[in-house]
Amino acid sequence: MPWDEGLVNSLVYDEPDPDQGRVLSYPHALNESLDLALSGDPSVMILGQGVDDPSAMFGTTKGLRERHGNARVFDTPLSEEGMMGICTGAAMRGMRPVYMHNRPDFILLAFNQLITHASKCHFMDNGLNKVPLVVWAAIGRGWGSGAQHSQAIQGLLIGVPGLKIVMPSTPYDAKGLMLEAIYDNSPTLIFEHRWLMKKSGFVPEKKYTVPIGKGIVRREGKDVTIVGASHAIELAFQASKKLFEIGIDVEVIDLRTIQPLDDEIIGNSLKKTGRLLVVDTGWAIGGVCAEIGFRAAEKWFSDLKSPVRRIGLPDVPTPAGYGLEQFFYPTADNIAETVREMCVKK
Amino acid sequence: MRYTYEGNGYKGWEKNLDFFGKDFLVELFYKMLRIRMIEEEIEGRYHDDFMKTPIHLVIGQEATAVGACSALKYSDLLYSGHRTHGAYLGKGGDLKKMLSEMHCKSNGCVGSRGGSMHLIDPDVGMAWSSAIVGGALPIATGAALASQVRKENNVIMVFLGDGGTEEGVCSESLNFAALKKLPIIFFCENNFYSVQSPLQTRQPKRDIVRWAEGHDVNAIAVDGTNVLDVYKTARNAVEDIKNGSGPWFIEAKVYRFRAHGGAGDDSKTGYRDIKEREAWEKQCPVNSYSSFLMRNNILANQQRLDMERKIKIEIKDAFDFALNSPEPQKTDLYQFVYAD
Ligand SMILES: Cc1ncc(C[n+]2csc(CCOP(=O)(O)OP(=O)(O)O)c2C)c(N)n1
Repeated sequence: MPWDEGLVNSLVYDEPDPDQGRVLSYPHALNESLDLALSGDPSVMILGQGVDDPSAMFGTTKGLRERHGNARVFDTPLSEEGMMGICTGAAMRGMRPVYMHNRPDFILLAFNQLITHASKCHFMDNGLNKVPLVVWAAIGRGWGSGAQHSQAIQGLLIGVPGLKIVMPSTPYDAKGLMLEAIYDNSPTLIFEHRWLMKKSGFVPEKKYTVPIGKGIVRREGKDVTIVGASHAIELAFQASKKLFEIGIDVEVIDLRTIQPLDDEIIGNSLKKTGRLLVVDTGWAIGGVCAEIGFRAAEKWFSDLKSPVRRIGLPDVPTPAGYGLEQFFYPTADNIAETVREMCVKK
Repeated sequence: MRYTYEGNGYKGWEKNLDFFGKDFLVELFYKMLRIRMIEEEIEGRYHDDFMKTPIHLVIGQEATAVGACSALKYSDLLYSGHRTHGAYLGKGGDLKKMLSEMHCKSNGCVGSRGGSMHLIDPDVGMAWSSAIVGGALPIATGAALASQVRKENNVIMVFLGDGGTEEGVCSESLNFAALKKLPIIFFCENNFYSVQSPLQTRQPKRDIVRWAEGHDVNAIAVDGTNVLDVYKTARNAVEDIKNGSGPWFIEAKVYRFRAHGGAGDDSKTGYRDIKEREAWEKQCPVNSYSSFLMRNNILANQQRLDMERKIKIEIKDAFDFALNSPEPQKTDLYQFVYAD
């Protein structure tokens, strides 16, 4: 087995409780949501480099072309900017494209169409056109992804008016948020995490949606609030178990979407805990951590018992090598240690 | 002089008059004259500073706008770059909405969110425009994809300049349009300059048509000063597309008589030879066509004068309307960030 697959396969996630209902893998949950969307609405189309190849975008697009035809499920040229504009133009004319990328890094080539066009069309033309577009990509990590195949770019995009940004952490949310994003009439980015693709979980068979702009309390606690999304929630969970053993009771809030941001759920939690740690899969500077940290200062200062802390990526590009990577990515231990520091009475 | 006119004017076109029909020939003239007069009025008033918007005049480029748009039906959609005035008016856009937009009023085409580069009106099929060079090309291509998937049986046209062909996204759009045989016409107004940079400093000496053909789209050059040539070629492309030909690329060589942006000509700054402009002015699309029609007894001098009088009144009314239109309010700013 190649090193990369071996690494991802070695990840250990909590076993889902089969009593909850049907268990599906993360890619399978996404596959089901795309299938439902294509079946339910002739304007939905799925495109991207290799969506109909044997590896089928981590399995998320498997069988879709066979079931729904080449007109609505198709491979694309390697023209990221062009295709982003084509999706935008098609969306403005009644289609609901889901444009899929292996990695967010490739979306950087399409910033002109994404940021300077898609996100602004509806505003610029005074509401005449809508852009119901979904852009999907899976953040890479490990196995030499390095500086150019691991970029978590949500922090670059959180300040772009008109975009919505979704970052699911469970198969259940992946399916429900994908469907919600497809039905949404604004351009919506979904950043998955490559490491969540091995996760399984409870996923109902029916069509359901998870609202964009609303977070969820994943674990109730009274001492410290950890806020994050996507794979950061996994780490926060692991950390919270360790912390519970030493008597620190952590509340974990999964934001699910980072734009719009669910201020209410964070504010309510802080009223209880008075301590805030923001964790993100992206860089700590100027991104999700920075934004939430600032909001804490602006809105919830009087609730705070200790300074807000953040754990994101350090201010360097991603190294490719395995050894260097160990110093680069946050871990559950880092999170636990930070929380412990926050709880020590000064 | 770098770029000279190489066409034949209207020589030989008198043989085709029946094909077009007299009324239509006159209508083409009226539309060009109207755009010219509107542009001159905008230019004349520009420094009053009531129009707080950049402008990119199409004086000298009326035959392309009118010829190309006249080949389209209302259900056919037009996209353009920053130089929108001709496209918008050619497609049948409302002059009052246009001038209101340029005066930053709330009843402008897009409620003062766009200015002169974003004259958009779905009612007449003026679908969208981008102020980023090449930006509208993939968006128009996507519209053509939607038309194909939804079997809408219409044609998409997108205007671009010679500069637009240099953007990577132009190649990407041509490639995809050819791949999917999309119903789209890329209409390139080659006016030889991008702002003040001549074509020769930006592209190797080769035909833009040949370059377009390299993407496997149908491509053809027309005389951009000759409204009949432009119209006939665009119409043939539309019919061809309806018969399943896939995309067309039309290159129209033409000259802008004014500066890239703003009022007046800036040739005297030295980036182009004033004699070059003067030579092209002899080929003025409005006057050369007017002479052609008069020579063939299709248009009389008095008729032209009557048209001018009528258009003048329309323009004055539209300016009065725009100047007296309501200003946008603070609450307007926060609308339409997200779509319902
Ligand atoms: C991506 C981008 N680069 C540069 C500009 C600045 N710019 C605006 S118009 C223009 C000239 C474009 O020339 P061309 O496409 O030939 O159109 P023309 O102005 O001649 O109609 C330039 C460079 C821009 N708007 N967008």
